[in-house]
Order: sequence, then structure tokens, then C-alpha cells
Amino acid sequence: MTIPWRRLPFLFFLTLATFAFVYPLVWLVSASLKPRAQVFDNRLIPEVFQPSNYARVWDTAPVLRWLTNSLTVGFMAAATVTLSSALVAFGFAYFRFRGRNIAFGVLLSTMMLPGAVTMIPVYLIWNKLGMIDTQIPLWAQNMFGSAFYVFLLRQFFLGIPRELFEAARVDGCSYFGMFRRVAFPLCKPALVIVFVFEFKASWSDLMRPLIYLQTPEYFTMPRGLKQIIDAFALSGHYEWEIAVAASVIAVVPMIILFAFGQRYILDGVATTAQKG
Amino acid sequence: MTTTVERAAAPGQAEPERRRRRPKRSPLTRREDRAGWMFIGPWVLGFLIFTAGPMIASLVLSFTDYQMIQAPRAVGLDNYRELFDDPRVLKSLSNTFVYAAMFVPLGTIFALVLALMLQRVGRAGGFFRTAFYLPEMTPAVAAGAMFLLLLNGQQGLVNKVLGWVGINGPNWTADPNWLKPSLAIVSLWTLGGTVVIYLAALNGVPRQLYEAAELDGAGPVTRFFRITVPMISGALFFTVITNTIASMQMFDQAYTMFYGPQQKAAASEESLVYMVYLFQNAFQFFKMGFASAMAWLLFVIILTITFLQVRIGNRYVYYHGER
Repeated sequence: MTIPWRRLPFLFFLTLATFAFVYPLVWLVSASLKPRAQVFDNRLIPEVFQPSNYARVWDTAPVLRWLTNSLTVGFMAAATVTLSSALVAFGFAYFRFRGRNIAFGVLLSTMMLPGAVTMIPVYLIWNKLGMIDTQIPLWAQNMFGSAFYVFLLRQFFLGIPRELFEAARVDGCSYFGMFRRVAFPLCKPALVIVFVFEFKASWSDLMRPLIYLQTPEYFTMPRGLKQIIDAFALSGHYEWEIAVAASVIAVVPMIILFAFGQRYILDGVATTAQKG
Repeated sequence: MTTTVERAAAPGQAEPERRRRRPKRSPLTRREDRAGWMFIGPWVLGFLIFTAGPMIASLVLSFTDYQMIQAPRAVGLDNYRELFDDPRVLKSLSNTFVYAAMFVPLGTIFALVLALMLQRVGRAGGFFRTAFYLPEMTPAVAAGAMFLLLLNGQQGLVNKVLGWVGINGPNWTADPNWLKPSLAIVSLWTLGGTVVIYLAALNGVPRQLYEAAELDGAGPVTRFFRITVPMISGALFFTVITNTIASMQMFDQAYTMFYGPQQKAAASEESLVYMVYLFQNAFQFFKMGFASAMAWLLFVIILTITFLQVRIGNRYVYYHGER
């Protein structure tokens, strides 16, 4: 075996960087198993194992509810945005209709708009509809597609040879049939990317749950975690081991998602910049 | 655009080639018009309800005093005047700029260095790439909570590590001077996405360019600045713009680490970023009109910065094929 001398310094620095990126998470898991007095020590293997921290999180907060809430909201947000964005993207990619270029230009320019500009009126809409303190405002907007995903999926649809659609037409396929039977199956990897991205975005979102949710029962995981931290600040009684254990609970589902969707996620990130 | 290819006529329908007078649209194109708008219909609807309408509403609101209890009351330019009178607006704006000025350049440089090293190690790069991306999967609230502990002045891991090399670390999360660097550190931890983008761009640079340059006697530094940087300038440009826009709207980390419902005024103003103050005005002080004016100011600032970046970028960015 030859030692790759020229690569060795790079490998060394990359390993160092890996520590900086990964070690905090490892430390977090280890700290969540320590008693309060030892949370801060940087021992990797706890001196005293205290897995009961998790049981205490379970008792002090409706964590299971928060997890299922986050799962439900995340699934609804991701499923609706994937379907609607694919539909819209197919419309932009396949049909040559009047006003298409203008509409597409408008779509692209909405990506520049900071969420803050529409945040307040959108809140007032949901308020009027009596939807405050429900989870619907967290995902319902996704039924109408999202500019970034439309843009991304349109690129993929444009890559499908037009002849395939023509053949489907000749075989008597309707426009919607072309979308469902030809475009949709051929773009599965791209659709998975959109789904995973949106699921992750929804899972991490703090702002909207802060705005729309008041009852702790309805909280999503990040909102609940924030509540736990706030409670300490209020009481001045910092139970770090609880905060750490709750953080681990919020992170683990995302790590699982990453473990399964890793290839899609990394390829997706890489392509977004190239298409952009 | 690839859609200019002539379309074959569907069976039973004559190609409407003969009468192509402009105003008269053939049944086929009319059907396509209808189908096209049907498909993009969901977006059109969503755009009208959740973007265009709210944009107008928020512009109107920005000229009113609206606390949600009574109907909005027109106040003319008062909210915009208050933007300049309220010292916390300017403070939060400068905090945001300082944070962005730390995070965007450092993030670009770190990510580029990591991507360059990743490219050099060949197949082992895949493992590191995955490892670097892992923090991106961490929800901002969890990352914030974690870094509150890691950056703790007395017992935090970061200061312990700094202690090993003889540096007496600051009180990151409590010392007003170190709050913004703390926020930048949290953001730098989630750098993996940028690294992945750069790596993809680096892998897209044709090898022959380097070989040709080497034959011509160009050293590694020349090759980096004359080939690598121009060839990936598109990716660099894209990430600088998106990271700048994201920095201007940073909220989650700052709010998690330094704010909460109970500390409306207590926390140090040094960590008050623009979106946190806007959020407080809108949903804690219920000054909806003023918050709308703040939102429009943010929009104008982001537009201006992006416009400047595009102007500068167009001079330097190389797009493969185009230009």
C-alpha cells in the first residue's frame, strides 16, 4: 500500500474540520445522558449515566405531541408543496401559452421578496379565518406551490425530451395524463429532493409556529424546545440536562432523514446552485 | 429555450400553418393557452392571495397606525419618520450588517478552502462532504440551544479548547461585544451547504485548462486565481448573494439564544437583529403599521444590496457558454 503523502496534509485538516462540524452533535448526545452538574464536562462517555433525563423531558413537556405535530405539519407541508409545485412547473415547462414569460418573470421575482413584507397581512388573513392557534397556517400556503421549487422542477421537466410527451399525446393521453404518467414518474429524484428540502425546512421553522401557535399542545418540536428554554430563563433555574435532551429529540429525526435521503439531499444542494 | 421546436400535429387536426394571422388564434393554441393557465393556476391563485394582495396590504398598513384592536388609522409618513427616530431600528440594522459582514466573507472563504481540500482527497471526499453537511440538518433552535452551552463563558467547551492553546476565551453569550461573533459562529457551523455547492462547481472545471496552464508554466497560485476562481465565479456569486439575503433576515438563532417572550427589553441590544425587532413590533407590541414600514425598509435594503452585487458581479462572473 502506498501512502498518499501529498494528500496527507489535506486529510489532516479535513479531519480537524470534521471534528468541528460533528463533535458538537456527539457532545450533545453525550451531555443529554449526564446529570446536571456534569453537563458541561467534555467527557465523551458520561461518568454517571443518567438516561432518566429523557424520561423527565417526557414528563415535563408533551414531547410526543410536539413530535407528532412536527411530523404531521412537515408531511403536509412537503406533500402539498411537491405536488403543487410539480403541477405548476409542468405548466411552465411544457405549454407555450399567452403570457407565460411574464408569469414566469413574476414567479422568479417573488423569490426576491423577503417574507417580512407579506408576513403581517398573511397573519391578518388567517386571523380573519379564525385559524390562529391551529396548525393549518403552517402548511396551507404550500398548496399553491413555491417559486423556488417551481423553478427547480421546471428545469428538470425541460430536460425530458419533448418527443416523449408527443408520443403520449398520440396514444391518446390527456394533458393531465401526460403530467401524471410521463413527467411525474420521470422526475422522481427531483420530487424527492423537493419533498426532503421542504420537510426539513418545515421541521426547523421557528418563526411561523411562534406567530400562529399559542397552546403548548399544538406546538411543533422547535417551538416546544424554545418554550423549554424560555421556561428556564423565566424561573432562573437552568435545567441544562433537560434542554440538551430535548434538543437531541429535535435533531434525531432530521439525522434519520439525512441518513436515508443523503444522496438526494447532497445532489439537490449541488444542483440548486448550478440551475440558479 | 428548447420549446421552439416545431410541434407535430396531433392526428385529426390539421396543422394551422396556413392561416397564421396574428389575431386569429387556432383552436390548438387556444387549447394550449387554457391548459397552460390551468396548470399554473394554483400558483396564480396563491400569488394573488398570499403575495400580491398582502404586498399591497402591507404597503397600505405601513401608512397607518394599527394595533389590531381598532381599525387602522391613517397616519401618513409617521411610521417612516419613526424608522429614523427610533434608535433601536438603526441599532438593529447596524447589528444585522455587522453580523452579515462577519458571516458572509468568512463563510465564503472557509467553505472555499474546505471545498478545495475536499477536491484534492479524491474518493475520501464523499465521507467528509456528508460530515460537513450534518449540521445543516440541525434545526436552528436546537443549534442555538447547543451553542448556548458550548459558548458558555465559564464552562463551555469552546473556551476549554481555547484554553488548551493558552487563549482566555471571552464570555461569548453574555459579553455584549461578543454576541454578534457568537451568532456568526453558529452560522459558520452550518456551512456545509455552501461547501457542497463549491465542490460541485470545482468538479465542473475542465481538467485540460489546468494541464494547459501548467504547460505554459503557471504556478499553483496563478492557476487558482486565473482558472479556478473565474471558472467557479458563478457559484461564488450565487452563494454570496443568497447568504447575504439570508443574513439580512436572520432570526432563528438570535431569537433562540437571546430573546423570548419574557425578555422584551432586558436582553442586550447588541444581539438585536433587524428581524427580531420587526417580529417584536409586529407580534409582541402589536405595532402592525410600524412593523410593516420596517418590512418595506428591509425590502428596499435587500433590493439595493442585491442590485449592487449583481452590478459588480456582472463585471467579473463568468457563465459557462453564455456571455
